Amino acid sequence: MQRLTRDQMAARLAKDILPGSYVNIGIGMPERVADYLDPADEILLHSENGMLGMGPSAKEGEEDLELISAGKHPVTLLTGGAFFEHVTSFVMMRGGHLDLCIMGGMQVASNGDLANWSLGRKGEPPAVGGAMDLAMGAKKVYILMEHNAKDGRPKLVERCSLPLTGPGVVSRVYTDLAVVEIRPEGFVVLDKLVDISDAELQAHTGASLTFARP
Amino acid sequence: MINKFIGGLHEAVADVHDGAIVLVGGFGGAGHPTELLHALLDQGARDLTMVSNNAGNHEVGLAALIKAERVKKMICSFPKSSHSHVFNQFYSEGRIELECVPQGTIAERLHAAAAGLGGFYTRTSYGTDLAKGKETREINGKQYVFEYPLHADFAFVLAQKADRWGNLVYNKTARNFGPVMCQAAKTTIVQVKHKVELGDLDPETVVTPGIFVDRVVEVSNPQFSS
Repeated sequence: MQRLTRDQMAARLAKDILPGSYVNIGIGMPERVADYLDPADEILLHSENGMLGMGPSAKEGEEDLELISAGKHPVTLLTGGAFFEHVTSFVMMRGGHLDLCIMGGMQVASNGDLANWSLGRKGEPPAVGGAMDLAMGAKKVYILMEHNAKDGRPKLVERCSLPLTGPGVVSRVYTDLAVVEIRPEGFVVLDKLVDISDAELQAHTGASLTFARP
Repeated sequence: MINKFIGGLHEAVADVHDGAIVLVGGFGGAGHPTELLHALLDQGARDLTMVSNNAGNHEVGLAALIKAERVKKMICSFPKSSHSHVFNQFYSEGRIELECVPQGTIAERLHAAAAGLGGFYTRTSYGTDLAKGKETREINGKQYVFEYPLHADFAFVLAQKADRWGNLVYNKTARNFGPVMCQAAKTTIVQVKHKVELGDLDPETVVTPGIFVDRVVEVSNPQFSS
């Protein structure tokens, strides 16, 4: 079984974003989703540091250190984009104005609990940024993460053991094996992305799966 | 005649007292008022509580103040970065306190202080470690956490242009926390790249009206700031 690459995962998620959506893309792997959006769809990216209509990364030699993404990389602004200050930016995030946010994940539980901000290690400073604001405030939360940790342990679990970012907030998880939706009954597999049997996918998952009819 | 321009950086920060709570604008390097922070380094105030999204980068600005052992406590949302080694070291050695606050909650606590509000309920952080010990309340079937206003003695902010009444405009994503920090502090000190005449700023596009600004210093060729 060949798992999807990170770029394939990002491309798969990108396919499910509706044209005209307002979307926040988190730091790390989710940033790749931007590469797979069709400009004609006019999906407008929100950046928490005060920008709507964020464009691609700045070309070498054209970087502006006062035009950066949430990941602090030099970016561009699309024609028609806007800048605003932090209170307004977080009004967008916390007040249910964003259609979707895409974040990375450490663990997602079958009740929709999300853990993606802290490994809970002593001596390491906690750093939450805007993760809790997005988790509680966006209309939908999609998580883009590997199905299993490097040591093979499932990241889709019955209950999160890591510190929570938000309870019951996740709508869907896009992994390197499957698209999984969180419904009242738990994890529902919408799409298998690799050649894998239901039983094998279940064996890679830490909570019980049901399979949606194609 | 109102004239908020001050001759120099050192004069601008002269009255920052030991134990002061200082808001520092910026998100990463964008909007970080580095020259004001270096003036504060020279000025000597200690036991400071600094409120900023990040905890400083490399060894300039906020990181330089931390390294000089002048910061007692940081209130920030994201102290970690690829260049935050000064803060990381002080934190791991227990030499600096940290209050980690969700980014939107910092912004809204500043807004509450600015607007004379006694606090607010937010869904952010409900059910997490950051809400431990905080009052919660169910409103229309959803759970909320109570947050207090975040008052401050001083704000250090970087802006693009200012006139002598203190009206400000910013540049791109360097705006970030600047406007709300100007509003939330008792004394707001602004480092600005360009001094302009009254009337040069289009009143339709002024971002921070001068009532929220106390002092402006022109630093046209910043040595450190972006």
